Amino acid sequence: MTAYASVPGVVETRESFGETTLVVDPARLVEACTALRDEHGFNFLSDIAAADYLGWGEQEVAGYIGTNAGRDIHVPGSQGLARVPPPKPKRFSVSYHLLRVNDDPARLRVQVWLDDGESVASVLPVWPAADWFEREAFDMMGIRFEGHANLMRILMPEDWEGHPLRKDYPLGGEPVRFSDED
Amino acid sequence: MSVLPSTRIYEGTRIPQPVPTILEVDPEKHRLEDILRVNFGPNHPSTHGVLRLVVDLDGETVAGIRAVIGYLHTGFEKNMEHKSWWKSVTYAPRIDYVSFHANELLYVLAIEKLLGIEVPRRATWTRMAMAELNRIHSHLVWLGTSALELGAISLFWYCFDDRDQILDLFEMAGGTRMHTRYVQVGGIAEDLPPDFTSEARKFCESMPKSVDEYEAILDRNAIWLERTQGVGLLSSDDALALAQSGPMLRSTGVDWDLRRDMPYLAYDEVEFDVPVYCGGDVYDRYRVHMDEMRESVRIVRQCLDRLDEMDGEPWIADDRKVVLPPRHELHTSMESLIHHFKIVTEGFRVPAGEVYVAIESPRGENGCYLVSDGGARPWRVKFRAPSFAALQATATIVQGLLIADLIAAGGSLDPVMGDADR
Repeated sequence: MTAYASVPGVVETRESFGETTLVVDPARLVEACTALRDEHGFNFLSDIAAADYLGWGEQEVAGYIGTNAGRDIHVPGSQGLARVPPPKPKRFSVSYHLLRVNDDPARLRVQVWLDDGESVASVLPVWPAADWFEREAFDMMGIRFEGHANLMRILMPEDWEGHPLRKDYPLGGEPVRFSDED
Repeated sequence: MSVLPSTRIYEGTRIPQPVPTILEVDPEKHRLEDILRVNFGPNHPSTHGVLRLVVDLDGETVAGIRAVIGYLHTGFEKNMEHKSWWKSVTYAPRIDYVSFHANELLYVLAIEKLLGIEVPRRATWTRMAMAELNRIHSHLVWLGTSALELGAISLFWYCFDDRDQILDLFEMAGGTRMHTRYVQVGGIAEDLPPDFTSEARKFCESMPKSVDEYEAILDRNAIWLERTQGVGLLSSDDALALAQSGPMLRSTGVDWDLRRDMPYLAYDEVEFDVPVYCGGDVYDRYRVHMDEMRESVRIVRQCLDRLDEMDGEPWIADDRKVVLPPRHELHTSMESLIHHFKIVTEGFRVPAGEVYVAIESPRGENGCYLVSDGGARPWRVKFRAPSFAALQATATIVQGLLIADLIAAGGSLDPVMGDADR
C-alpha cells in the first residue's frame, strides 16, 4: 500500500481479508505509531492483541481434540492440518488495532514480532488507552513493554506464575483443591 | 466525525499522569492524616459485579482511585482455543452476559469473514432484529440498575418487566432466554416461528411508551437531576485517547457509531439516527441510552417489515462443509449423514489467516481478533471488550467527586465484569 509508505520502520505490508497489516520493526514502533496518529489520523487504539505461535503448523496442534489414548491423530486426511500454513518469523506477534475516528474511517493493524524474552517499547505516550491493553498482553502472554509505568498483572492474581494464554501453558493448569486427594 | 462545537467540557486533559488509570493522591496532601484509603468491592452491590475500587478519600472527596479487575476472569479465550470452531461459539455469549447476542454475532461474523461464506438475507435481517432487541435489553438493565443505585427502586422493576418481554422473544426464537447461541456460522440456528413478528410488533408498540414513562419518572425528579448533571465529566479528546466507545463516546459530543460509519449486516439499508449529546456527564450518558432505545425500536420495526417480505426464504447458507444438513436428510442421504458426523465430531476447517471484526455492541466497540491455522479450532481468539476499555476512564471521570457520586459515575461506564475480565 502506498498510502502508508511514509510510515517509519515498516518492514512489510500485507493485505488479506480486506484488512491492511503493517509489520513494523519493534525498535521503531513508537515512531511508527506517532506518525500514524499525527499524519494518518489514527486517533483511536481499539485493541492490542498478542498471539503465541509456538507449535504453529505442527500437525497435532490443530488436530482432533479430546483425543483418547489409542487414537492416532497424525493420520493425514482424517485429522491434523490439510495444508501446513506458512511459518511465522518469531514466536509472538503483538497486533495493535488502530481506528480512524473521523469522516474517513479506516482500520489498520500494526504488528510487531518478538521472541520469548524480547521486549517492545510501550505506546502509552501515544495512546493512553494502551495502559490496560499492554498490561493484559503482559499478564496473558508475558510480553514486556519497555517504559510502561505500571506493568503488572491485571486479570490474574499478582502472585500468579506463568502466562496462561501461552501455548505451553496447559488448559487446567490451575491446581484444583482436593482433586488429587482420596 | 463531527465533534459538536460546544464540547469544551473542561480545558486540557484530565487523564492522570504517568499512569492513565491510576489517580494518585496529591503528595502535598499525602502527609495529612485525613486521607483515608477505602476498599470498595469486589463484593459491593453497586459495583455492577465484582469490580474493586481502591479509593483514597479526603473527607468525602475522592482524592485518589485505582480500579482492580480480574475477579471474574474465567479464561474464555484459552478455552475457546481448545474447542472446535463449531463448539466455541457457545462461549461467546457468556462473555458479556448482558449483551449476549452481540458477542455471539461478533464471533460468528469473524469466523464467516475467514470462511468467506455468504449468509442468506433472511438470516442477516433476523440477526439485526435480534441485535437491536438485545441492545434494548442491555440498556434496560443499565437503566434499572443505575437508577436503583441512586435510590429509584421502582424503575428497576419497570425495566425488568420490559426486559422480560425481550427475553420472551428470544425464548420464542431460539428456545433459551439468555445465551441463546441462536447465531450459527452461515446463518441462524432455526427459522423464526410464524408468530414471532406479530409478537415483536406488540413489543415495538409498548416499548416507546415505556421509555416515555421512564423519562417521566426521572427527568423531573430533582434528586436524579442533581446526582447526574455535571457528574463524571469526560471531554471528547480524553474519551478518544482512552478508547471509549458507544454511549460513553457519544455523550461527549463525538458523532460516531459503527453501525452508521462502518456498516455491517444490513445497517446501511435501515433508517436510524445516532443520538449525540455534548455534556459529557452521567446525565448525557443517560440521555444517549434513552434515545438509543427509541432508535433501536425503529430499526426492529424495519427489520420486521423486511422479514415478513422474506417469509419462506432460506435462513442458513447451503454449504455442507460448514452448515449442518437438515435433520430429515439424515435418514435418507448417506452424504448428509457423513457431513453431519464430520461437523459434529471433527468440526469444520477455517482457512488460515487473521481478521479483526468489530461491531457496535450496546456498550460500544466490541472487537474480535481471530487467528486460524487452517485447522478445526481457533489458534487465537481475542475479544476487544468495551467494558474493559470503559473502566480505563474511571480515574479520569471521578476527579473531585464526592464518594456518593462515585457510584453514579462508575455505573455510567456501564461495565459488565464478565466482559471486562473474560
